[in-house]
Amino acid sequence: MKELVILSGKGGTGKTSLTAAFATLASGCLLCDADVDAADLHLLMQPVIRKRTEFQGGGVAVIDPQRCTSCGTCVDLCRWSAIGPDVVVDEIACEGCGVCVDFCPEQAIDFPIKTCGQWFISDTRCGPMVHARLGIAEENSGKLVTLVRQQARQLAEERGLDLILTDGPPGVGCPVIASVGGATSVVIVTEPTVSGIHDMARAIELCRHFKVPVMVCINKFDLNPDNSTTIERMAREGGLPVVGRVPFDQAFTRAMVQGKTLLEFDGNGSAASVLRQVWAAIMNTPAMTAGQQTAA
Amino acid sequence: MIISIASGKGGTGKTTVATNLAVSVDGPVQLLDCDVEEPNAHLFIRPSIRETKTVTTPVPEIDLEKCNQCKKCAEICRFRAIAVLGDTVLTFPELCHSCGGCMAVCPEGAITEKGRELGVLEAGAMNGVSFVHGRLRVGEAMSPPLIRAVRDRTWADGLTLIDAPPGTSCPVIAAMKDTDFVLLVTEPTPFGLHDLQLAVEAVKILDIPMGLMINRADVGDDHVRDYARAEGLPILMEIPFDRQIAESYSRGDMFALAFPEWKARFREMIEKIETMTGKGAGAQ
Ligand code: SF4
Ligand code: SF4
Repeated sequence: MKELVILSGKGGTGKTSLTAAFATLASGCLLCDADVDAADLHLLMQPVIRKRTEFQGGGVAVIDPQRCTSCGTCVDLCRWSAIGPDVVVDEIACEGCGVCVDFCPEQAIDFPIKTCGQWFISDTRCGPMVHARLGIAEENSGKLVTLVRQQARQLAEERGLDLILTDGPPGVGCPVIASVGGATSVVIVTEPTVSGIHDMARAIELCRHFKVPVMVCINKFDLNPDNSTTIERMAREGGLPVVGRVPFDQAFTRAMVQGKTLLEFDGNGSAASVLRQVWAAIMNTPAMTAGQQTAA
Repeated sequence: MIISIASGKGGTGKTTVATNLAVSVDGPVQLLDCDVEEPNAHLFIRPSIRETKTVTTPVPEIDLEKCNQCKKCAEICRFRAIAVLGDTVLTFPELCHSCGGCMAVCPEGAITEKGRELGVLEAGAMNGVSFVHGRLRVGEAMSPPLIRAVRDRTWADGLTLIDAPPGTSCPVIAAMKDTDFVLLVTEPTPFGLHDLQLAVEAVKILDIPMGLMINRADVGDDHVRDYARAEGLPILMEIPFDRQIAESYSRGDMFALAFPEWKARFREMIEKIETMTGKGAGAQ
């Protein structure tokens, strides 16, 4: 089984629109949305949820005013100033370390486990999908991403699908780290802007760190041809395949407004034919073809 | 006054707005780039960096001479960052949240703390804009302490602009918490609207006044405006899609400097925010 993770570093490069378009092109894959914080893939795939499961995160301190003697022990120990002088816990600031719970001489602090999100197994017109929603202002996004990817693998195995297409989160932090470990390959969707180049470089460094093969796809490449040339040079120097140059096209936004992938919106347009080539190039990279004989 | 510039979705133009605002206002202004995973504001402001500081977070260090393997440290740690195995104590610094619980509980005084590097903080200035950003070490997962270190540089008075990370989870909360106003940058597309709704919920939890800036205002559909009306959220400014603006952005240029009429509009927006919050640029 192979897992292709789509990342971008910088947000807004068109990562999710491309992931959805690839889902239309891959004949039979499992979709996995690892952007649990601001997931958008479902807006294009309209998944029908078949199974919904609560995601348990860490605990949160709750002080029982009946038992509390206002000794101030917890206030002094808390490194997040989450317990004010009035001995009330600020749930947003609480890190869930539970140190106050263990040190409270009156045992006045409870530590209930919080439900901090939900994850779903769904069906879409392009195949099954595993996705999640982290609660607003919650922590543990990395844990939820890890869980979603595990479930995606399990489901793909059950259904006999050998490709998982994962829409990754932006950035290079905790949820991204949880998205790349053990992936077959990563496609970085970048754009020819100074920010796009800067963030791509950091995303590449991250993938190197976790020893995952990387390929680069330049979206809106005609917006700044000089910067696109710079991206190609950087990829070449790093020995990374450039799998596509996708022109800027308002059709992507129009497709999004209709809740369609670009190929469903206009399968005969120029952007669609470019995307077909990009997908073929991705599936032809050494990372994606490796071991194909043995698998078949 | 502290204004956070945020957006649920990445790539809506948050950094464009933060940097153009910074160069548009008169008087002293400070820009704190708290998007430490992908700090980009410096590519536009191009400050001369005068200070570089490594930011660390405390993690336990065990003195095995003093340790008697009582396991109290492993029991208190909710993040499984410390384990007692045979006559040795293992720590997993990348899992440690720096709560200090193990050090406080150890009856033998065997635990002290040492700093673990999260990234760097850089500070400088350019054209009257005082600039600070954090740069998370690639491979590092723990961004909030670095964001807080950048936030600690907030001026006691004057205008502070915060470029917040995308999303609605712990990093963006660390960036927006205790600021006076949140300017949410969005675009009128289904993705823009969906992520805006999440961001609005996060700002409501923090109980901070907010307003919208619609970027690429003429693409997509009208649902963002309908939503703003229904929620009573003021739309403070709109920027149309303009290939010239997009190209200037791609080069790392700030269009408020090239087009004075935009500079005036950014300034007007600050004035609106001052009126809404009842705070002048100087007040905190
Ligand atoms: S400081 Fe807290 S999180 Fe870190 S090892 Fe000690 S108990 Fe665990
Ligand atoms: S609490 Fe102190 S003495 Fe006990 S196992 Fe941990 S380090 Fe050793």
